[in-house]
Amino acid sequence: MSEARTLVEVEGLRRTFDVSRPWLTRMLAREPQRFLKAVDGVSFDIKAGETFAIVGESGSGKSTVARMVVGLLEATAGKVTIDRFEIRAGADSVEARRVRRRIQMIFQDPFASLNPRWRVGDIIAEPIIAFGMPKPAGGRDDAPSPEATRRRVGELLGLVGLDPVDARKYPHQFSGGQRQRIAIARALAAGPDFIACDEPTSALDVSVQAQILNLMRDLQEQLGLTFLFISHNLSVVRHMATRVGVMYLGKLVEIGNAAELFARPRHPYTRMLLDSVPDLSMVGKDRTPVAGEIPSPIDPPKGCAFHPRCKFAVDICRIDVPPLIDGVACHLAQDGRLPDLSS
Amino acid sequence: MTAEPLIDTDITPRTDGTDERRGRFARLLDSDIMASFLASKLTVLAGFVTFAFLIIALFAPLIAPFNPFDPAQVFLIDARDPPIWMAGSDPRFLLGTDDQGRDMLSALFYGLRVSLLIGGLGVLLSALIGVTLGLIAGYAGGRIDALIMRIADIQLTFPAILIALLVDGVVHALLKSGGREDTAFGVMVLSIGLSFWVQYARTVRGSTLVERNKDYVHAARLIGLRSPQILWRHVLPNVLGPVLVIATINLALAVITEATLSFLGVGLPPTQPSLGTLIRIGNAYLFSGEWWIVAFPGITLAVLVIAVNMLGDWLRDALNPRLR
Repeated sequence: MSEARTLVEVEGLRRTFDVSRPWLTRMLAREPQRFLKAVDGVSFDIKAGETFAIVGESGSGKSTVARMVVGLLEATAGKVTIDRFEIRAGADSVEARRVRRRIQMIFQDPFASLNPRWRVGDIIAEPIIAFGMPKPAGGRDDAPSPEATRRRVGELLGLVGLDPVDARKYPHQFSGGQRQRIAIARALAAGPDFIACDEPTSALDVSVQAQILNLMRDLQEQLGLTFLFISHNLSVVRHMATRVGVMYLGKLVEIGNAAELFARPRHPYTRMLLDSVPDLSMVGKDRTPVAGEIPSPIDPPKGCAFHPRCKFAVDICRIDVPPLIDGVACHLAQDGRLPDLSS
Repeated sequence: MTAEPLIDTDITPRTDGTDERRGRFARLLDSDIMASFLASKLTVLAGFVTFAFLIIALFAPLIAPFNPFDPAQVFLIDARDPPIWMAGSDPRFLLGTDDQGRDMLSALFYGLRVSLLIGGLGVLLSALIGVTLGLIAGYAGGRIDALIMRIADIQLTFPAILIALLVDGVVHALLKSGGREDTAFGVMVLSIGLSFWVQYARTVRGSTLVERNKDYVHAARLIGLRSPQILWRHVLPNVLGPVLVIATINLALAVITEATLSFLGVGLPPTQPSLGTLIRIGNAYLFSGEWWIVAFPGITLAVLVIAVNMLGDWLRDALNPRLR
């Protein structure tokens, strides 16, 4: 991972949702418009071949980030570039299509991500027909013959550990883990080099999770893929990630190399998350439950968004929003005033 | 509906491939739908009756003893003959004759044909309008959605009869030919189509709102498919289930509407009688003792509507996963 070519660059990404009540009701009740800041100024970059993970609780905005990165959701502000070409939701130029074929996504729920009325073979063939056959040299697409498409579908099914004969079945004939394999095959079909994975294993049984994660890692190695990996599960992230960003209420509060972040978490929130994870090395030690809940993003706390839940919080935390400097967004951590907790 | 679990809930893959090798028909006989169909005797009966009516309607010219539209076969001297089991009947006319000497049985067969054809085409037209508008409203959302659904609300305030009169009037004003016979059929189909689309639109919009946020639609957007393609290839097949149910129930409703309009005189003319027209003709003779002219079309209409309705009810239950 030392070649370190930056593949995906995310800059100042911001997304607000209008959660106001209907205009007439609002006027009658004399209410102002209300906005929800789902993502508030997130920047990071992903190097070719690595897995960048975003962790956070429900409602932290991590899925929204993933959707904006792949271009499913329009960003309110900020931009996403892949190889310096900007990704925009709804763009339809030739250039945009060429970029789009390099980006794919694996979704959380394999029961909703496959059209129940389509045969598996047709599901996997769809990107091939839309983009053409992938070529090693990244050449232009030409119309694939049905024969070649069929062969490619069989190949892909084999690649994800299924039988090529399965192409003729319908999604309901498969288990959750097998469906996720099908979803992975579809994501790979057009030969992308960047895949956003939105909680790809959280809908699966624990025993199946590991199989799918290992499959994804093998494929990454084999095909040189770059992953953006969204998860709330720290054990999964530890298993997969090269680098990790921790999100809290729409902002990145800590970012760093996975090994380092897990060994020496700097932000109090990261520490809290890590302390709550059951772990074999922690046998005998009490694990600390996560205190409190994530506040409403419609009406976020002033200052550092984490201060109401932070046991170290001091006056400045309640007034100033800490910027992300040197991989951590916390006044105390930046000043070195946090007690050293690495044990 | 059924006491014992007749439905196959096995979702594990069948690796032996027998499922593929057997014919479509064999699979149909083996399916959940078929099982639930056979489980209720009433449904089977309704299915049989509907099927029989369809066959009669389809092959009316072959089955009917007379052609009631052929003046060469109709004689006024045979007018108002009673059914065969009553005194003074003519053995040629099983169910008697109407006021112009037409064989009631043949008139019934042909009337059934006209009624079902108008009902079917009307349902098809309303489903076409409703599904299209519902898909657009549900997928586009926002102002387009609001506009379409408000039009639907307004539409609901007009009864079918008013729409039929309106369409009838407009068509006549436009054509000025005065020939009701030529336009009556189209007017009826159009009126029924315009009266019943709202239900489809609402149902399809609701399902589309759910489907468009599912990840398979996102996956399709991700590979750059355009909205019409996504709607046609991905969303439509997944919202058609309820449409089938509504269409079946609406077929009965459409036949009744047609009969009502024909009874009131804005429907089909006596020269190409539907069940409703036959009832209207018979109505005039009800009090002079010729009850058969109104009774047989009336009974046929009632049986048809009940049968189709029961089929529709069964289909709704069979396709609703929550009732399984």
